[in-house]
Amino acid sequence: MTIVSNAAPDIVRQPSNVVLFFRYLRRNKGLAVGVLILVALTLFTVIGMFVVNPKHAYPLAAALKQPPSLKYPFGTDFFGRNLLVAMVIGMWQTALIGLLAGGIGTLVGVVLGFTSAYFGGWIDSVIRTVCQILTPIPVLLIQVVVAGSLDKRDVTIFTMAIIVAMLAWMGPTLVVRAQVMTMKERQFVSVAKLSGVSDMGIIFKEILPNLLPFIAASFVGQVFGAVFASFYLAVLGLGPLREPLLGNLIWAAQSQGAFFNGWWWWPLIPAFAMILILGALALVNMGLDELANPRVRRTE
Amino acid sequence: MTIDSTPLREKKVGSANRNVTEPVLRVEGLEVTYYTDLGRAKALDDVSFTLNSGEKLGMVGESGSGKSTMALAMMRMIKPPGRIEGGKVIVGGTDLMSLPERDMRKARLNKIAYIPQGAMNSLNPVMRIGSQMADAIKSHLTGETKSSIEDRLSHALRSVDLDPGVARMYPHELSGGMKQRVCIAIGILLQPNVIIADEPTSALDVVTQRQVMETITRVQSEINAAVILIGHDMGLMAQAVDKVAVMYAGRLVELSTVREMFTDPKHPYSQALISSLPNLDNKGVFNGIPGLAPSLLRLPSGCAFHPRCPHGQRELQRSVRPEARILPGGRMVTCHLYDEEGHAHE
Amino acid sequence: MNVKVIVKRLLFFVLVVWAASTIVFFVPRLSTRNAIRERFGELARSGGFSPGDIEKLIESMNKSFGLDKPLLEQYWQYLNNIVHLDFGYSLSKYPSTVTEVIAQALPWTIGLLLVTTVLSFVIGTLLGAVSAWPRAPGWLRGIATPFILLTGVPPVIMGILLVFFIGFRLQWLPLGGAYSPGVVPTWSWPFFFDLMQHQVLPALSLILGSVGGWVLSMRGMGITIQGEDYVNYAEHKGLSAGRIFRDYYLRNALLPQVTGLALALGTVITSAVVVEGLFGLPGIGTALNLAIRANDFPVIYGIVIFITLAIALLMLILEFVYPLLDPRIRDS
Repeated sequence: MTIVSNAAPDIVRQPSNVVLFFRYLRRNKGLAVGVLILVALTLFTVIGMFVVNPKHAYPLAAALKQPPSLKYPFGTDFFGRNLLVAMVIGMWQTALIGLLAGGIGTLVGVVLGFTSAYFGGWIDSVIRTVCQILTPIPVLLIQVVVAGSLDKRDVTIFTMAIIVAMLAWMGPTLVVRAQVMTMKERQFVSVAKLSGVSDMGIIFKEILPNLLPFIAASFVGQVFGAVFASFYLAVLGLGPLREPLLGNLIWAAQSQGAFFNGWWWWPLIPAFAMILILGALALVNMGLDELANPRVRRTE
Repeated sequence: MTIDSTPLREKKVGSANRNVTEPVLRVEGLEVTYYTDLGRAKALDDVSFTLNSGEKLGMVGESGSGKSTMALAMMRMIKPPGRIEGGKVIVGGTDLMSLPERDMRKARLNKIAYIPQGAMNSLNPVMRIGSQMADAIKSHLTGETKSSIEDRLSHALRSVDLDPGVARMYPHELSGGMKQRVCIAIGILLQPNVIIADEPTSALDVVTQRQVMETITRVQSEINAAVILIGHDMGLMAQAVDKVAVMYAGRLVELSTVREMFTDPKHPYSQALISSLPNLDNKGVFNGIPGLAPSLLRLPSGCAFHPRCPHGQRELQRSVRPEARILPGGRMVTCHLYDEEGHAHE
Repeated sequence: MNVKVIVKRLLFFVLVVWAASTIVFFVPRLSTRNAIRERFGELARSGGFSPGDIEKLIESMNKSFGLDKPLLEQYWQYLNNIVHLDFGYSLSKYPSTVTEVIAQALPWTIGLLLVTTVLSFVIGTLLGAVSAWPRAPGWLRGIATPFILLTGVPPVIMGILLVFFIGFRLQWLPLGGAYSPGVVPTWSWPFFFDLMQHQVLPALSLILGSVGGWVLSMRGMGITIQGEDYVNYAEHKGLSAGRIFRDYYLRNALLPQVTGLALALGTVITSAVVVEGLFGLPGIGTALNLAIRANDFPVIYGIVIFITLAIALLMLILEFVYPLLDPRIRDS
């Protein structure tokens, strides 16, 4: 029998990765817009930190109750804060809380999720049960209890981040656990195991790289959750009251009846800032979800 | 050498049926193209054949050869990015391809029924079997009373050897073989002219496979429908069908009776398929077919089979696309070797 | 569903409530601040209490947060009280008990929550289903887009914007409160109308931002379900598009959506609580807001445990609804 050697089909030329990435971004417009807004906000707060005097974000630094003008583009509030400067500092602090709490939550989640899925047995049962029991508890209300139990002087940006992160690791734990479980069954892990790679080697060399999209999506989700939670706490008046955190400004404006007194810019400016931050995070989160779970990918 | 052969070929295919009866199914020049990110893929290229009532046609070929596309195209169920580019599928005198969408919906199951490949997952997990059969009836027939629907269900279930009580059960309560039988029962509910079974036994064990095949044969003779069986398993096929069609890279390369196909395959690809079957003489010696199935995105020039063909090294094979020929005796083959009135010329 | 599963679900319910109660019990004790004493001292200084009242208060304090007994005994007593829905006395609304404060506020919250959750779940689920359905008309699929864009907006901010633009600028609807000042609550149509007018903005703040979430999850599920063999086969059967949409696609995509509802209950209730506070509706949220401002700790703790209890109970109910939607769960 004649073996025909040139029978291998011609390989269809694949466009380069860069082209594919841009093509993907063009299809996944949400991700692109989200990233764009986040970059703009980062530039605003980072450049702002160099330009403004941070003191102006605190009470009695400027004229009181000034509507937006050339001198005070965002106006000033009842306590004499320059709201433009307050936005710069407030967004910086919001980002800090979000990244810190999101980072802690994700890190704890990844470690626990791995431990749970990889080793299984009673460790898995314990971690899973604890997660399942804690999940239905309304996190914000527990945070209210925690924040309310603290001395007002102890409430700082960092304690806020810790409070928020304390009850935020269950989600990532369950997500990572589920992903590692499916990955454990895949061919390449079995092959690595058979060829004598150690547990740690398999975790770091084989499984972790494949999990990165999920971890990234989970991290963005956590940052979103942390920003959201710290905002709610602050709106309820449980934040670090002196800081120009966006939620604090809204709480203060509400307490002083800002709308009734005609100081409309006071609550509206932090409100819009918050919409931008959370909206951008939500867009990025959805975009990454789509990237991580191709099943959700839109059919074109 | 390009021959303007469409009308000619049609006539020849028609005369190939020695039956006097008008064929119940006539497929003419069916073409399907998929428009993907990476280019156009011609999944079905100028496929024509006919089938009489009560006839069973087995359709074989490697995966990607266009068998399933064939089934979907005949049901007009090709989804974007795929498109039916042309051709006719005439069932009992009506061309399905020219029907408005509404009438096509009515024609499904009523004129042409499809028995799915993955019967395991083809039934709605949250509906009772009976409701899933009844909604098929209600979608096609108006004015059926509750009891007449009930009768139809019991009758259909009984003719596939299932207890009528199955109608009250949910899919997860049935075995794989039972689910496949339910799908066959749905297929014959409205006594269609044509039944297409797409690998109806692929997920079943050997014993169940045989039973399901027998069931199909029996219900078919009961309602005298034409049946197209799509499958990989030449052995299973040999016992169940009258004719065999071989597909390669979206084209019908050979169509002949089972006996002819197994004793004297004409197309080199059919020959390779037949000789790769295990039998008593070459026990344990498997002659695989050399080379790989070509990508539809980049078909070889000329005859798509030429890179794998033992006779494929001449200029003719490499540059000219072969046309379908009818050999004396009515077999159809698409190969340059039979250009001159069926005499192979080496 | 067999007995074993039911027992498991009930056990889970008890565990959730127990865990929340335990956190609420121990967290304040870990802090250096003695909130009760602080507040108690404040009250005593302001002199608003008769000596008898103070005695009664101390007794109640000792009973629910008893400061004299060993910690474990206190804990046991505390759990025992919770089983009887006894959260002690309110500090700011004494001599009302916490349970009375909650009971008074509850109907308002339940009304708002029920309407907003049902509306946003139904609207979001239908829009999501439609937006993933390739044969739906374009304009129908487009309706979902604005809701998706609003997904990131927290209900409080939505409320602030609505109050400003619709309440202040356009003056179409009242700014807050349960009913117009000076109106006497009666069982009459004008009062009912007034009441409803005051509910529109709070309800909108909760609905507008949450529809998008249901749209997205349903759309994701819908895309998956569309790839399922049974939807495809339904079309092969020649069923009408409407029937396939309803019986094959929607019904199957709905199952995970209901699980999603169970998981979202915490967020939904929390949002309602905060929005109520913003609009000054006399519900649980305002009670919590006032309690935070007044350092009324028994009320704060009581509300937290009560809401957890409510969420766990609703999840329990949904667990029993689920098998009705999916026969596979019924038998497993």
